[in-house]
Amino acid sequence: MKPIRHLHARTVVLAHENIDTDRIIPARYLTTTSRAGLGQHAFQDWRYRSDGTPDPQFALNRPEASGASILVAGRNFGCGSSREHAPWALLDAGIRAVISSEIADIFRSNALKNGLLAITVEAAEHRYLLRHPGLELRIDVVAGLITLPDGGRFAFALDAFARHCLIEGIDPLGFLLHADAAIQRHEEQHAA
Amino acid sequence: MAARTLLDKLWDAHQVIAETPDTPGVMYVDLHLLHEVTSPQAFTELRERGLRVRRPARTLATMDHSTPTLPADASGVLPYVTPAAAAQVQQLRSNCAEFGIELLDMASAQRGIVHVVGPELGATQPGMTIVCGDSHTSTHGAFGALAFGIGTSEVGHVLATQCLLQRKPRAMAVEVRGRLQPGVGAKDLVLHIIGRIGVGGGTGCVIEYRGEAIRALSMEERMTVCNMSIEAGARAGMIAPDATTFTWLQGRPRAPQGAAWERAVASWQTLHSDADARFERSVAIDAGAVRPTLSYGTHPGMVLDIDAHVPAAADAQAQRALDYMGLRAGSALAGTPVDVVFVGSCTNGRLSDLRAAAAVLRGRRVAAGVRMLVVPGSAAVKRAAEQEGLDAVFRAAGAEWREPGCSMCIAMNGDFVAPGQLAVSTSNRNFEGRQGPGARTVLASPASAAAAAVAGCIADPRAYAGDHAGAAEAVA
Repeated sequence: MKPIRHLHARTVVLAHENIDTDRIIPARYLTTTSRAGLGQHAFQDWRYRSDGTPDPQFALNRPEASGASILVAGRNFGCGSSREHAPWALLDAGIRAVISSEIADIFRSNALKNGLLAITVEAAEHRYLLRHPGLELRIDVVAGLITLPDGGRFAFALDAFARHCLIEGIDPLGFLLHADAAIQRHEEQHAA
Repeated sequence: MAARTLLDKLWDAHQVIAETPDTPGVMYVDLHLLHEVTSPQAFTELRERGLRVRRPARTLATMDHSTPTLPADASGVLPYVTPAAAAQVQQLRSNCAEFGIELLDMASAQRGIVHVVGPELGATQPGMTIVCGDSHTSTHGAFGALAFGIGTSEVGHVLATQCLLQRKPRAMAVEVRGRLQPGVGAKDLVLHIIGRIGVGGGTGCVIEYRGEAIRALSMEERMTVCNMSIEAGARAGMIAPDATTFTWLQGRPRAPQGAAWERAVASWQTLHSDADARFERSVAIDAGAVRPTLSYGTHPGMVLDIDAHVPAAADAQAQRALDYMGLRAGSALAGTPVDVVFVGSCTNGRLSDLRAAAAVLRGRRVAAGVRMLVVPGSAAVKRAAEQEGLDAVFRAAGAEWREPGCSMCIAMNGDFVAPGQLAVSTSNRNFEGRQGPGARTVLASPASAAAAAVAGCIADPRAYAGDHAGAAEAVA
């Protein structure tokens, strides 16, 4: 994984609460055996009308959203299924960070393992970001700070290990493989 | 030693390396369940990194999501919805063969929805850690296991190391006091609970369901409750094992036998929260106040009692949900016209669920214009139901009786609800588009689903209890 220490990008806002993983990537696109190419179906049933044309009202289709790679979303983003296809689809669609006041457990875990910044901020800061789409934000992963264009700063907490993996580009599986001796001991102690 | 919760006990027993402020703990996984949708990319990763599967015997695979529920044609060809779905199933076969993992394949008498199969084989046991690339892995917590859904990267972690990196979740108690009323079941209870605590109410937590009403539930009902823990945002749900658990498990093919069984039960009896154990959060539910409960909106926290009216939308988002569902504030939930009824899924696809639906349908007909699909949770459930003649009840009523699988719950195998149609479904998610683009889902118990099928509209299942078709028609 490529180290991610900073992200400087513009926001796009989806204020809906409880945006579930079926909404992010509908199940009918999960018959793939690859991680690649899911971005074209990200938010499929929101982005496209029933005749297949893009819905111009949908926030991510609007001209001002072009190039925006920080998604500010309503509370409890990523709830529902455990499909890692959700962060794969968002990354493939050009989203590099999701900011909300609450992010569902499995989605957050999946996102961080793929280098998609899943960031929770305080409710008041969240409201501010929701009300001001198109902000140029600087996200400092090392310091845990979001800097606004006016110089204002929002701190965010990130699990220490997830932060370490992000900024050093470390893959958690490599870390786990190093625990081999301890795993071996556990298996010997618990052998029936 | 300080008083411990059931979660504490399971956590401690599976801790390979304790967590620190800087690093998560390493947790050992006793049973890893695998299906075709969330595993292919994990095997690709193993191959790319030259890794083997550390403990192939601790992983059990089956296919359920992408599989057709119609039987093979005369030449033996299964009607997969797309070549991609067939290829995905084939990929699972070749991955299992290459890495030495047991697969309950399409022709296996033991195949089915992964969360139905694990328990019925006795592979799911109290005290285990159980994971699967599927959020409804929480089902297995009904046996006093710590069971939760993981992503595909983590599927790879478990295959390669039999372990996961985990930080300990918080322990949350949901205490259900008193007894459920007659005609009210586990699905009603869990929908009621989610309505109370909200779809994010369990985030960061493992819920332990406790109390008199939980103890009184059958094993299959307990699975229904734990299954939907994720719908409250919880990683897992669990219920301390007891005589109900042991009686249900005894004699199942993969449960311990003979002296090993006696030893196992003795050890399982210690799996409960100590009397003075502390939970980080507690919620009390009055079982007697639970009515037949159905969802009316577009997430599983938007629920109503059967005799309630659709509430006014508090905000734009609630209004969007009502618009999507085609419901008007102030209208009675009962009487809402229904197009499709689905009975099945890992939530309600077990034998007792099919019996509950059949009890309503026996001697009655699915209303004109309503399509009803009944999909058993596993091949074993299908056989048992057919031995009891339940399939004949469903067919006589005009319902379709299908092959096992996830089917219309997730709508990725060709079984789906058409745009704008309203389905009363025994599944677990009523998200926009979950059962197909534009599909409207009302989550309900098997009895409520069957009552809706007969009435042609949402109806109180208590009016259909027993075989008194005449009485029910008067109500409908």
